[in-house]
Amino acid sequence: MNGRFPLAALAGAFMAGVALTAPASAQTAVKIGILGDRSGAYSDISGEGSVVAARLALEDFKPEQHGLKVEIVSADHQNKPDVGAAIARQWYDRDHVDMITDGVTSSVALAISQVTKEKNKVFIDTGAGTADLTGSQCSPNTIHWVYDTVALANGTGGAMVKRGGTTWFFLTADYVFGQTLQRDTTNVINKNGGKVVGSVKTPFPTADFSSFLLQAQSSGAKVIGLANAGADTINSIKQAGEFGITEGGQALAGLLVFSSDVHSLGTKVAQGLVLTEPFYWDLNDQTRAFSDRFSKQMKGSKPTSNHAGVYSDVLHYLKAVAETKSTADGAATVAKMKAMPTDDPLFGKGVVRADGRKIHDMYLFEVKKPAESKGEWDLYNKLETIPGDQVFRPLGDGNCSLVKG
Amino acid sequence: MMTIFGVPTQALFGQLLLGLINGSFYAILSLGLAIIFGLLNIINFAHGALYMMGAFVAWMLLSYFGLGYWWALGLAPLVVGVFGVVLERVLIARLYKLDHLYGLLLTFGLALIIQGLFRNQYGVSGLPYAIPPELSGGQRLPFMFLPNYRAWVVVASLTVCIATWLIIEKTKLGAYLRAATENPTLVQAFGVNVPLFLTLTYGFGVALAGFAGVLAAPIYSVNPNMGADIIIVVFAVVVIGGMGSIIGSVITGFALGLVEGLTKVFYPEASSTVIFVIMVLVLLVKPAGLFGRTA
Repeated sequence: MNGRFPLAALAGAFMAGVALTAPASAQTAVKIGILGDRSGAYSDISGEGSVVAARLALEDFKPEQHGLKVEIVSADHQNKPDVGAAIARQWYDRDHVDMITDGVTSSVALAISQVTKEKNKVFIDTGAGTADLTGSQCSPNTIHWVYDTVALANGTGGAMVKRGGTTWFFLTADYVFGQTLQRDTTNVINKNGGKVVGSVKTPFPTADFSSFLLQAQSSGAKVIGLANAGADTINSIKQAGEFGITEGGQALAGLLVFSSDVHSLGTKVAQGLVLTEPFYWDLNDQTRAFSDRFSKQMKGSKPTSNHAGVYSDVLHYLKAVAETKSTADGAATVAKMKAMPTDDPLFGKGVVRADGRKIHDMYLFEVKKPAESKGEWDLYNKLETIPGDQVFRPLGDGNCSLVKG
Repeated sequence: MMTIFGVPTQALFGQLLLGLINGSFYAILSLGLAIIFGLLNIINFAHGALYMMGAFVAWMLLSYFGLGYWWALGLAPLVVGVFGVVLERVLIARLYKLDHLYGLLLTFGLALIIQGLFRNQYGVSGLPYAIPPELSGGQRLPFMFLPNYRAWVVVASLTVCIATWLIIEKTKLGAYLRAATENPTLVQAFGVNVPLFLTLTYGFGVALAGFAGVLAAPIYSVNPNMGADIIIVVFAVVVIGGMGSIIGSVITGFALGLVEGLTKVFYPEASSTVIFVIMVLVLLVKPAGLFGRTA
């Protein structure tokens, strides 16, 4: 399965570098596995884009100059925990993979994290939402890189209440992810002096949200919180526009929205939507430069924050391995990654906390009006920067065994 | 304010109307399935994929040729219908003599292939498609805000359903079709080209799916899986109505839309399962479906 998308792209660059640097015998071999969703609901967030992002990280890091010989493999976990765990096991046992990244979908991420701990390798999750990865189920071999449910709740929930959205109605996808997101956001709303006036559990997946939207409309809440993801989010936003929800003065808050979702809606439908993301391709010159390189290899689409996360974590991982000169002890590599501050062009400076949580700023975005948007990917206005130490869960509150009380 | 089980009657009216609108999609899709099953004896699992194709063709017409919604409403069913005719001639026609299961497996495989191709090309997040300007906005009814587009969906689908029913039940063409289903050898002996009839029937059935896809494009996410999500429900509708019963599929489609709408008010969590519960109950009492003939 890991041979489905062989990547020998580096070979040429590597061979050229060998002659100039240390003799081949001194090189440390590193194998990175991109384990994501290559065909299902999250394949636009993860998928081939994650492989491209990892490859770009290698181009920038130039492993051969640091005495490393890096290879990338990839596979499709089909959003199934059993499939994800089986591939991880095979990669670690048979194929000498040292580090797995991507890992979109919470249930799969938790499964991969277990296997990684058992085999003492490294797992850096970018795509999954569950904050349990660095909470009750934290592991000395796992780092959670991009976002989690708590950060999304703090970002969008906290900011919306402060901006006057004091009463909320939730449309909640009726499974663990949706319910967790609603719970975490409710806590944030209450803490900030807001109030939840109602909610409705929507079956997963749902194509027609109109009757739920009608209930939200008649509740009179100032904000309609969408505790769902993917096609559910797209359908609910599309139909909210049709029923004149935002024109009627109610705001929509997308609790997990990626730029690929907004692109799929178009600004005409999604305008005014408020959301939280740690990355947007058009933030600064560095993100733009990266995104240009990315879209050349991806039929013109821009990277999502998950893709940016893969780039950033591969870079930091390689920096750590270049120091330790060994991949044998996964926990030691993760410890090294926690000891070194992170710094990359996409997320800026940050740290990896003791519980495995990577800390960086998040941004509150609002989707542009069609008149402001200059192209199909010109989607967001930045409303505010939420500092990393405020947006993520405080270290002591996660109930992680790695954090000494 | 009057209430029924704690729900204001006004809200209830709104939900019933929405149920009817969703029922329109079920009706038009199950109608196509019923025609195909009734005349060709093929359980067309590719129906959802062709519905998705209708929506994508609408998007392509707009993005590549600048042709808007009204063009799509006419052209997309045509494109999907022609595609269906090719499928029928090349693949499905070879299976008429075999058991139902072979047709089911073939069309199921086709659905996976079509979805896979679209996913590979366009990704899974879907594509934007806006409501045509003529139909944007809505009416403020005493009990709800009714978007104009939704009203149009009901009108369009009712018109198509009734027209189809009239063609099949009241015209000479329809009579040939029905006769060809009953006894193809005899009808062929009268000089009627039965294989051609079957091909055109399949083409028409899937064109209905394409039409529903265009209707859906402005309000649902246009993505490669949109058909897979709805097709299971539509099959339940066909089974409840009675496999192959044309009028049954239309009435059941609208009725189940209403039931689903009511469930969304009283117990939303069950709204995706209620149709299957009804299916089980109906099959227990009337195994041939509400409008089906027992063999």
